[in-house]
Amino acid sequence: MATGRNPLAMQMARGSSREGVGHWKLQRLTSIANLILIVWFVISVLALSNANYAETRAWLAAPSNTILMILLVISTYIHAPLGLQVVIEDYVHHEGAKMAALAAIKLLAVGLAVASLVAILKVSLGS
Amino acid sequence: MVEFALPKNSRVERGKEHKAGHGGTNLKQVQVYRYEPEDGKNPHVDTFEIDLDKCGPMVLDALIKIKTEIDSSLTFRRSCREGICGSCAMNIDGHNTLACTKAIGEVKGPLKIYPLPHMQVIKDLVVDFTQFWAQYESIQPWLQTYTTSPEKERRQSPDDRQKLDGLYECILCACCSTSCPSYWWNSDKYLGPAALLQAYRWIADSRDEATGDRLDELEDPFKLYRCHTIMNCTNSCPKGLNPAQAIGSIKQMIAERKT
Repeated sequence: MATGRNPLAMQMARGSSREGVGHWKLQRLTSIANLILIVWFVISVLALSNANYAETRAWLAAPSNTILMILLVISTYIHAPLGLQVVIEDYVHHEGAKMAALAAIKLLAVGLAVASLVAILKVSLGS
Repeated sequence: MVEFALPKNSRVERGKEHKAGHGGTNLKQVQVYRYEPEDGKNPHVDTFEIDLDKCGPMVLDALIKIKTEIDSSLTFRRSCREGICGSCAMNIDGHNTLACTKAIGEVKGPLKIYPLPHMQVIKDLVVDFTQFWAQYESIQPWLQTYTTSPEKERRQSPDDRQKLDGLYECILCACCSTSCPSYWWNSDKYLGPAALLQAYRWIADSRDEATGDRLDELEDPFKLYRCHTIMNCTNSCPKGLNPAQAIGSIKQMIAERKT
C-alpha cells in the first residue's frame, strides 16, 4: 500500500459509475427465459432424435418452432456475453487486455447471433 | 493477467520446530506462519509443541503462551480476548475467525494459524488494514440528515431499531472480506462484504436521510456488483452475521428504484 497517496483519496477517486443494475437485471431476466426455452429445446431435440433431415427441416419451419428458436438464440446471445463479461472483469486486470476481451466477446456474440438467425430464417422461409 | 502461483519471495518454507519440555501428556502441535520483513527471507511455518494442560482453551491462549514462553518475537494483534474488538482475526484451521473465540479443542490434528488471506503481511500474523479502513470510511459510516435537528434525539420505533439487528454487531474484523474470492481478485475496486454490510447498516437506519445518495454511490459494477453471492462471508463471520444477505438487500433496493 506504500504508494504515497492517501488511501481514502484512492478509494474516492473511482467515484460511482451509477450503473450495474441494468446488467444485473438483464442477466436474471435472460436466465429465466433460457430456463424455459432450453427445456423446450432439449425436449424437442430428443423427440427429433430419430427424425431424418427433411423431417427436422419441417419441424424447424413450423412457425411456433421458428419463433421459439429465434427467441432462444436472442436470449442466449444476450445472456452469454453478460456472464463472460463478469468473468473477464473478475480475472483480467490488464486494462488493455480487458477492453480487448470485452469488445471481442460482444462482437462475437452479435456475429454468432446474426448467423444463427439467418440460418433459422433460411430454413423456415424455405430458400 | 491471472497469477496462479505465489511470487518467489512469498513461497512459504518450513521453519523451526520447538518441542515441548519434558513431562507433558496432552500435547498439541501449533503451526504458525512467520514472516519477518527485515531479514530478506521467505515466509516460513514454525511448529510449536505445547502442553494443553498448561494452556487456556482458546487459540489466542495458545498464541500468548507461545509468545510468553517460547518465542517472544511472534507477532500478532489482540486486545479484548472476548470477540468484541476484532483485533485477533486470522486464518485458523483453514477458516477466517477470531483467535479469542475459537476453541483449540475444535481443531483436529495440528493447529494451523496463518494471517488473513490475500492481505499484505506486515509481520507474522499482522496484516495491513489500510485499504480496508479506507473502504469503510468511503461508505461514510455515520448518520446523515437533511432536515433540521430536533431539539432532543432523533427517535426510532422499536420496529425500526430491530432492522439494525444483525448489522450493528459487526466488529470490522475483516474475516468476511478476506474470505471472499471477489475481494481477493479486485480488492482495490470492490468494497467487500464488511464495508457493504456497514453501508447497509446506515441504509437500513430509519433515522438516516441519505439513503438515496448511499444507493447512488454503491451502484457500480465493481464497488457492489463484484459480489456473486459466493457466501464465504456469511460462512466465516465469527459474529454469526450475514453480509451476503445485506448485500442482497442493497441490490434489491437499487433494482426496485428502476423499472
